[in-house]
Amino acid sequence: MEGQYGRPRPPASVGELVSGWLVAADRSACIGSGMCAGSAPRYFSIVDGKVAPRSAEVAPDDDLAAAADNCPMEAILVTERDTGTVVAPEP
Amino acid sequence: MTTITPPVRSFPFLPLERLDIEPIVAELRRAEPVSRIQLPYGGEAWLVTRYRDVKDVLADARFSRAAVVNADVPRRQPLPVGPEGIMYMDPPDHTRMRRLITRVFTARRVQELRARTQQIADGLLNRMTRGASRADLVEAFALPLPTMVICELLGVPFGDRESFRRGADALMSSHDFTPDEYVQELRALSAFFAELVAQRRRRPTDDLLGALVQARDEKGRLSEMELVSLAITLLAGGHETTAGQITNFVYTLLRHPAELATLRAAPDLLPGAVDELMRYIPLGSGHHAALIATEPVELAGVSIAAGDAVFVHIHSGNKDPEEFTEPERLDLTRAYNPHLGFGHGAHYCPGAQLAKMELQVALRTILTRLPSLRLDVDEDAIQWKASMVVRGPRHLWVSW
Repeated sequence: MEGQYGRPRPPASVGELVSGWLVAADRSACIGSGMCAGSAPRYFSIVDGKVAPRSAEVAPDDDLAAAADNCPMEAILVTERDTGTVVAPEP
Repeated sequence: MTTITPPVRSFPFLPLERLDIEPIVAELRRAEPVSRIQLPYGGEAWLVTRYRDVKDVLADARFSRAAVVNADVPRRQPLPVGPEGIMYMDPPDHTRMRRLITRVFTARRVQELRARTQQIADGLLNRMTRGASRADLVEAFALPLPTMVICELLGVPFGDRESFRRGADALMSSHDFTPDEYVQELRALSAFFAELVAQRRRRPTDDLLGALVQARDEKGRLSEMELVSLAITLLAGGHETTAGQITNFVYTLLRHPAELATLRAAPDLLPGAVDELMRYIPLGSGHHAALIATEPVELAGVSIAAGDAVFVHIHSGNKDPEEFTEPERLDLTRAYNPHLGFGHGAHYCPGAQLAKMELQVALRTILTRLPSLRLDVDEDAIQWKASMVVRGPRHLWVSW
């Protein structure tokens, strides 16, 4: 089940209360380069030419952070769910 | 029952003239969107010509770039691709390398370079126009502008440009060099960068090359060979392509006076105009190495087998009437323009934002300061580069 882009869905089980990462994508900043879907298809698809995260909350994964780092428009933001700390892109 | 064998066409479709696209691709898009081609070396491959298929292949992680390295795969040049760097890497290596440079080339960071780029452009135009009424735009402006910008960014002394120019030429114009010359130039370029790297180990710098050296030495994020390769890729990719496009843009605008007038009258159109010129002008041949399927892929009703080589024709995609209305028309006000001029997918040009900014600055400077710019050479006398990696005029004599 996917939440709306940028908003977390409620955890479905106790096991999910370990802090995951939130994925937000700014479709208006996106230029449709396809880098995210090309390098991290687990986390991103392209819908109507722009970024579409497959899930708004995921378990920590460096591939996801890499995709955010590699977006030329910095349109993808990954944050720690519990603290709100920005995981990627690297400043 | 008779089996109809699809034709295998010899590829590349030559000759490629001026900035034209092969006439056959329009027919292929329509009738045979995934067709068989025979390369001069390494055998047969698939050719993809429709916009949506080109985009799908470029974004599809089942196609490998690294599989062409040192492999006897279908190819245009006699020698297989060597381990030349990031363009021929797959995840996870590709992702790791990419991360090192992406942060420098974001739209936001590039804006910080705009003022300095404008300064460089103004200086070059001053020198070009001082006491002269005609000049070769390539030597006077188009080549030095992006070279100076990427040199400053990387930390390569611009004064050393003759040392790397031949090497960068070899990388971008492989058809103009023999295989031996090519290898020799690559070695010289590697030695040149190895020396710059050594300087930074003695005294760290805060340019991009210094940051890459630090990433290697302090964080182990790339090997020595990857470091030198990456520096070469950024340098070569960072100036020949943009220089070629500055020249191609000016040439094209001078041949489309109505569009040129529109742009002069409304400079705010520049960002969109740059994108339209990127779509309209085939800078290279399209794609100069194959992608190799790592598993079976269904594409436009064709079954591509694991191990098959696929060539995507980017410039065919950019002229696909199923994606772009009136694709053969240069329309600087075109609103819907998801062109493939910078590629697509994981290997989307890392310098795209920088290139766009430089192109905007270059055009704005030329159009503003040279209101009566015109070609000062006969169309037939223009010498075109033999290269299919970066096409365009070798020189462009203009007057004002």
